[in-house]
Amino acid sequence: MAKVKGDIVIDIEKCKGCEVCIPACPNDVIALSKNVNGKGYNYAETINDECIGCANCAIVCPDGVITVYRKKVE
Amino acid sequence: MKELRLMKGNEAFAEAAIRAGADGYFGYPITPQSEVMEYLMAEKPEDRTGMVVLQAESEVAAINMVYGGAACGKRVLTSSSSPGISLKQEGISYIAGAELPCVILNVVRGGPGLGTIQPSQSDYFQATKGGGHGDYKLIVLAPSSVQEMADFAGLGFDLAFKYRNPVMILSDGAIGQMMEKVMLDEQRPRLTEEEIVKNTPWATTGKTKDRERNIVTSLDLDSAKQELHNHALQAKYREIEKNETRYEAIQCEDAEYLIVAYGTSARISQKAVDILRAKGIKAGLLRLITLFPFPTEVISKLADQVKGILTVEMSAGQMIEDVKLSVGCRVKVEHFGRMGGIIPSPAEVVDAMHNKIIGG
Amino acid sequence: MAEITKEEIRQPENLIYKKTDLLTDKALSYCPGCGHGTAHRIVMEVLEEMGIQDKTIGIAPVGCSVLAYEFMNIDMQQAAHGRAPAVATAVKRLNPDKFVFTYQGDGDLAAIGTAETIHACNRGENIVIIFVNNGIYGMTGGQMAPTTLPGMKSSTSPYGRDVHTMGNPLKITELIAQLPGTIYVTRQAVHTPANVRKTKKAVRKAFENQKLKKGLSFVEIVSNCNSGWKMTPRQANEWMVEHMFPFYPLGDIKVND
Ligand SMILES: Cc1ncc(C[n+]2csc(CCOP(=O)(O)OP(=O)(O)O)c2C)c(N)n1
Ligand code: SF4
Ligand code: SF4
Ligand code: SF4
Ligand SMILES: [Mg+2]
Repeated sequence: MAKVKGDIVIDIEKCKGCEVCIPACPNDVIALSKNVNGKGYNYAETINDECIGCANCAIVCPDGVITVYRKKVE
Repeated sequence: MKELRLMKGNEAFAEAAIRAGADGYFGYPITPQSEVMEYLMAEKPEDRTGMVVLQAESEVAAINMVYGGAACGKRVLTSSSSPGISLKQEGISYIAGAELPCVILNVVRGGPGLGTIQPSQSDYFQATKGGGHGDYKLIVLAPSSVQEMADFAGLGFDLAFKYRNPVMILSDGAIGQMMEKVMLDEQRPRLTEEEIVKNTPWATTGKTKDRERNIVTSLDLDSAKQELHNHALQAKYREIEKNETRYEAIQCEDAEYLIVAYGTSARISQKAVDILRAKGIKAGLLRLITLFPFPTEVISKLADQVKGILTVEMSAGQMIEDVKLSVGCRVKVEHFGRMGGIIPSPAEVVDAMHNKIIGG
Repeated sequence: MAEITKEEIRQPENLIYKKTDLLTDKALSYCPGCGHGTAHRIVMEVLEEMGIQDKTIGIAPVGCSVLAYEFMNIDMQQAAHGRAPAVATAVKRLNPDKFVFTYQGDGDLAAIGTAETIHACNRGENIVIIFVNNGIYGMTGGQMAPTTLPGMKSSTSPYGRDVHTMGNPLKITELIAQLPGTIYVTRQAVHTPANVRKTKKAVRKAFENQKLKKGLSFVEIVSNCNSGWKMTPRQANEWMVEHMFPFYPLGDIKVND
């Protein structure tokens, strides 16, 4: 059965650390970093490899800072 | 084709607007200018030229419709009378701030408040000193005949587009309502989409791939940029003052006593000058056609020639302030006027000249 | 299953979502978690998918989204407070082949601009109105709006909105749904992926209606103003579900197909 693997890229400099993406992820992939970006926000980062590329996080992100990739794997 | 007709001032303005190739009119009824929209609706300009005519829910909506249309590079206009023009002031300020071209007719009635429906000239300050908020100027044209009501529709659009600035035609209830012969210009074509894109490249016509997006706004939160914008506006107003000052000097060459007036008051004053001349008094009339730009220089020159100046206005004396600024203290300047919708008679003006200037 | 690296996944052919080019690269001026950003993106995605961005003129309001034109990469006008529907009326009447929308907050649309809203809707102007209702005046610092809930605190109702002295919240969307000029009236939200998808469908339908010259489509988006509500973005979204949605229930209010 074909499975999908996903990955996201977060533009951390534009992330405002609002956390809206966090509850949107079915696999708890995202958490806020302890570090802050240039604007002083704790930015979102991935904390595991469970991403399935569903894009939920990206479409709720108010600042549109998440890019999503998805690849079928055998 | 040019055409000679007998028309009311308001109707002549409306017909001339169609012939000037106007794209849209947006208004709200108020006496004494409702004939403008009534005439337009009866003429079906939608069929004649494709011009849009819409009765808005208020003057506030009407002026903001003008904003929207003007921002698309269209030839748009509105008309109202004093209370309605007061309501439009915020929108006019936005239009001036965003540097949009449009024509606004004010057929002035007496105020303050609901005032009266009779003619007045008590909106001079509002028209020439800003009216709404911020440092801005309208180009203000003052018709004194039905012919000028018609002519200034086209001239108004030309000036508005030349300077990207709102033009106000400051008329009054008498000029709007009176019937006179008027020679109407031939029909000008409406602007094509290509002409709009070419002539007004700033207009919001839809962002095509070959250009950056166009934004029409009066907002700049950056104080330094907002100041620069204001400097640019002021430079434009100085340019307008240099190029566009218009007036008519009637029997001024040898005048010893000068009347300064515009609109209906100028018509009355012209008769007063004739009466004074018949009595052997060398009177002259400077009829102002543009109120902004104000003909400061010509008044200043005449001040060196005459013994006294009477301003005649249907107000408590508004234009007189600009006349005094032009004259300094070189000669006596006095005001004569009637208020509340009363038009002064030539005899009253003659008396005022005797009492306030010649004998005073 | 063979191991696959992140590099292998992050290939252009695997791209499934990125911010549309119809949003500029400028960082949004909105507070973290504010729904305005999501609403902007949805509108721009719809224009892009319909391929009508070069024929669209947007009207920005006065409110936090006054700067919408900084972010939406299309031709835009900025209207006086509340007057966007009047501005849009003229833009559309004079350019019937263009697509025209307003984007307005609740203070803009339902207080100062009530007359313009109702009359544009009643005339059935062939435009789209996007109405972001956050129950408060966000831009000016969280004052009471016409939409502020009974008992809800704001800077001008610091003890909660007392409906006896401050009036009742206005369900303007239900009101305009009564008008014959409106063709499609719906209320949506953008706080979850499912809601974002529904809102996008609604916005798409609204612009399709305009394409078909059907009349006025009105899409309300109930959104948070976490700054004005003095909550974190996540708390604000939870509060919105608990308090706003019962009063402003989501879903289509009028669909004339
Ligand atoms: C004529 C006028 N009155 C008042 C204001 C001040 N003002 C700016 S935004 C705003 C309220 C905006 O609230 P809303 O429409 O709900 O937008 P939000 O910021 O909540 O998105 C007010 C009262 C103004 N700019 N112009
Ligand atoms: S929703 Fe966007 S801005 Fe907010 S934390 Fe997540 S990535 Fe950052
Ligand atoms: S794409 Fe889906 S699975 Fe991947 S991080 Fe985003 S929400 Fe989670
Ligand atoms: S004040 Fe409210 S509406 Fe404005 S940007 Fe912040 S959260 Fe959004
Ligand atoms: Mg609001």
